[in-house]
Amino acid sequence: MQTLTLNHYLLASGLLFSLGFAGVMLRRNIITIFMCLELMLNAANLSLVAFSRFHVGTDGLPNYNAQVLVFFIITVAAAEVAVGLAVIVALYRARQTTHVEDLQSLKF
Amino acid sequence: MEFLPWLILLSPLASAACILLFAHRSKALSVTLSLAAVLTAFGATVALLAAGSQTVASSVTWINLGPALHLTIGLKVDALTRVMLLVVTGIGALVHIYSTVYMAEDEGKSRFFGSLSLFMFSMLGIVLADSLTMIFIFWELVGVSSFLLIGHWFTKESAAKAANKAFLTNRIGDFGFMSGILLVWAATGAVGFDAVQQNMAKLTANPALLTLAALCLFCGAVGKSAQVPLHVWLPDAMEGPTPVSALIHAATMVAAGVYMLARLFFLFAPSPDALTVIAAIGVVTALLAALMATQQDDIKRILAYSTLSQLGFMVAAIGCQAPGSAMFHLFTHAFFKALLFLGAGAVIHGLHHEQNIWKMGGLRKTMPKTFLTFAIGTLALTGAPFLAGFFSKDAILLAAYNKGPLFFFPLLLSAVLTAFYMTRLVVVAFFGEAYHPTGHGHSKDHGHDGPAAMTVPLLILAALSVIAGYGFFAEPIFGHDLFHTAHSLATFSAAGVLEYVDAPHVALVPMLAVGAFVLGTLGAWMLYSGKAKDPVRIPLFANRFYIDEAYAALIAGSQEMLASVSDWVDRYLIDGVLVRGIAGLTWGTGYALRLLQLGNIQGYAFIFGAGVVVLLFLLNK
Repeated sequence: MQTLTLNHYLLASGLLFSLGFAGVMLRRNIITIFMCLELMLNAANLSLVAFSRFHVGTDGLPNYNAQVLVFFIITVAAAEVAVGLAVIVALYRARQTTHVEDLQSLKF
Repeated sequence: MEFLPWLILLSPLASAACILLFAHRSKALSVTLSLAAVLTAFGATVALLAAGSQTVASSVTWINLGPALHLTIGLKVDALTRVMLLVVTGIGALVHIYSTVYMAEDEGKSRFFGSLSLFMFSMLGIVLADSLTMIFIFWELVGVSSFLLIGHWFTKESAAKAANKAFLTNRIGDFGFMSGILLVWAATGAVGFDAVQQNMAKLTANPALLTLAALCLFCGAVGKSAQVPLHVWLPDAMEGPTPVSALIHAATMVAAGVYMLARLFFLFAPSPDALTVIAAIGVVTALLAALMATQQDDIKRILAYSTLSQLGFMVAAIGCQAPGSAMFHLFTHAFFKALLFLGAGAVIHGLHHEQNIWKMGGLRKTMPKTFLTFAIGTLALTGAPFLAGFFSKDAILLAAYNKGPLFFFPLLLSAVLTAFYMTRLVVVAFFGEAYHPTGHGHSKDHGHDGPAAMTVPLLILAALSVIAGYGFFAEPIFGHDLFHTAHSLATFSAAGVLEYVDAPHVALVPMLAVGAFVLGTLGAWMLYSGKAKDPVRIPLFANRFYIDEAYAALIAGSQEMLASVSDWVDRYLIDGVLVRGIAGLTWGTGYALRLLQLGNIQGYAFIFGAGVVVLLFLLNK
C-alpha cells in the first residue's frame, strides 16, 4: 500500500478549494456562496496543517507556525461567519431575497 | 559750515513729514510750515554762498560691505551745487509765496504744500548728492513728488492720466540710468563722484564699455529732462497746478538731467561717440519742440514746448563739450521760464482758468504788471540782446558752431522759432482786442493783476531775468572758475584730465543770434498782429508730429499682441491642457473604472480570483 505524501494532502486541499471556488462562482443562493467560502478557508487550513506535518525540523518536531496560523484562520472565519450571517439576515429582512441576481442595485 | 547743507536738505523733509503726517488738517499751519522750510533752505543757501567758494563735504556710512560696496549718505557742495542750490531754493521760495495765492481756494492745499516740500527735499537731494546711488535715490523721489503734484487734481481724468504718463515715461529713462550706474560701479568699483573720477582709467581702458555706460546714464537725463524720444510726458504734465509747472516742469526738476550730465561730464568727455549722440538728441529735441510750439493754442502748452526746446539747447551744449554753457543757460532759463509760467498762472488765475490764448487778447491793459513781466520774460527767452537769455544762448550757439554746421544751423533755426512762437503768444494774448464770445462789447471781468504775493515774485523774477546773464550777478554765484567755463570747451586730454580751453570767438555767431531774434519776432508780429484766429494751420505741428499717437498705436498694438498670445496660452495651454486636461483624465479614469462595477457578486469573485491567478503567475514567473 502506498503511503500518504504531502502531494496527496495538497491534492485533496486543491480539490476542496476548487469545489469551494466553483460553488462561489456558480451558485445563486447567498447562503450557499457563504458556505462555499468556508470550504475554501478550510482547504487552506488543510494544506497548512499538511505543511506543518511534513515539515519536520532538525529537532524532530513539526513546524508549529503553520498550526498557529490555522488557529488564526479559524478564529477569523468564526468572526466572519458571525458578521456575514448577520448581514445576510439584515439583507433578507430588507429585500426578502437571498438570490444574488436580485441584488444588483450597486452597479453602473 | 558742515551743518548748512544738512539744514538745507532736511528742513523741507521735516516740513513734508510734519504736514503729511500731522498738520494736514490745518491749511494755514501747512502753508506756514512749508514756507518756513523753504525760506530756511534759501537762507542757508545764501549763508553757504557768503561763506566762500571752498568745497564742503560730509558723509556718514550707510551700507558697508567691504571695499566692493561702501555706500555713504554724503553731501558735497562745490561750485556746480551752489548754482543749483540758489536756483532751486530761490525759485522754490518765490513759487511757494506765489502758491499761497494761486492755491488759496484749493481743497487740497495742505496736500499741495506737503508735496511741494517733499519735492524741495528730493530736488535738493539730487543737487547735494555726492554719489551715483544718492543721486539715483533722489532722482526717483523727484519722480514721485512730480507724480503727486501733476496729479494734484486727481479727480480730473486728464490730470490723473498725465501723472501716470510722466511717471511711467520717467521709469523708462530711469531704468537706463540704473543700468549705467551699475556699469560704472562694475567697471570702477566705486559710486562716489570723486571715487569714480579717480578710477576713470579703468573705464577709459575699455572705450566700448565707457560709451555704453555713458549712454545708459544719458538715458536718465533723456527721461527726466524730457528729450526726444521720451519728451511726451512734459506737455501733459501741464495738467498740474501752474506754480508746479513753473517750479518743477520748467526751472528745476527737468533741469536735473542737464545738471547730472554736467556733474558727470568727466565720464562723457572721453567718449566722442556718446557726446555726438547727446548733441544730436539735444538738437533734435530743440528743433522738434520749437516746431510743435508754433502751433499750440494753450498758453501753458506753448511754454511747455518752449521748455522742451530750451532743454534741448542745454543737452546739445553738453554734447558740444560745453557743460559750462549748459549750466549757464540752465541758470538763466530757470529765472525767465519760471517767470513766464508764473505770469501764465497769473493770466489763468485772472481769467478764471481760461488757458486758450485765442480767448484772451488785450490783456496788456487789464493786467499791466503781468504784461510787463511777461514781456521781459519773453524777451529774455527769445534772446533779445542784453537780457539774460541772449548771453547763455549765445554761448551754446558758439559751442555748437565749433562742433559743426550740422549742429549749429538747426539750433539757430530753433532760436528763430523760439522768437516766433513767443511773440505769437504775447501778440495774441496781450495785444489786440479783448476776446468776447459774441464778438462785440467788453466782458465784464477780463482779467486783473493778482495780489502782491503774486506780482512781487513776478517782479523779482523779471529783474533777475534781466541781470542773470551779466558777470557781476552770475559770477559770484557760479564762482570764478565755473563761470569762466561758460564760454569754454571741455576736452579730455591724453593724460586723462579734463581741460577747459576758451572757445574760439566767432563774431558771426552773436550777429546771427540777434538776426534770429529779429527775424522770429518780426515775422510773428506781422503774421499775428490784429488776428482773431490763427491764420496758419499746420496739423503736423499742432498734433506734435503724431508722436503721441504713434506711441499709443505702438503700445496698444504690442499690448494687444501680447494680450492675444497670453489669451491663447491661458485658454488652451493652462485652461485646456493643465486644468481641463487633469480634470478630464481623472474623469476618464473614473468612467473606465466605473465599468468594473458589475453589480454581480459572481463577477466580482471572478475578477478577484483572476487577479490572484495573475499575481501568482507574476510572482512565480
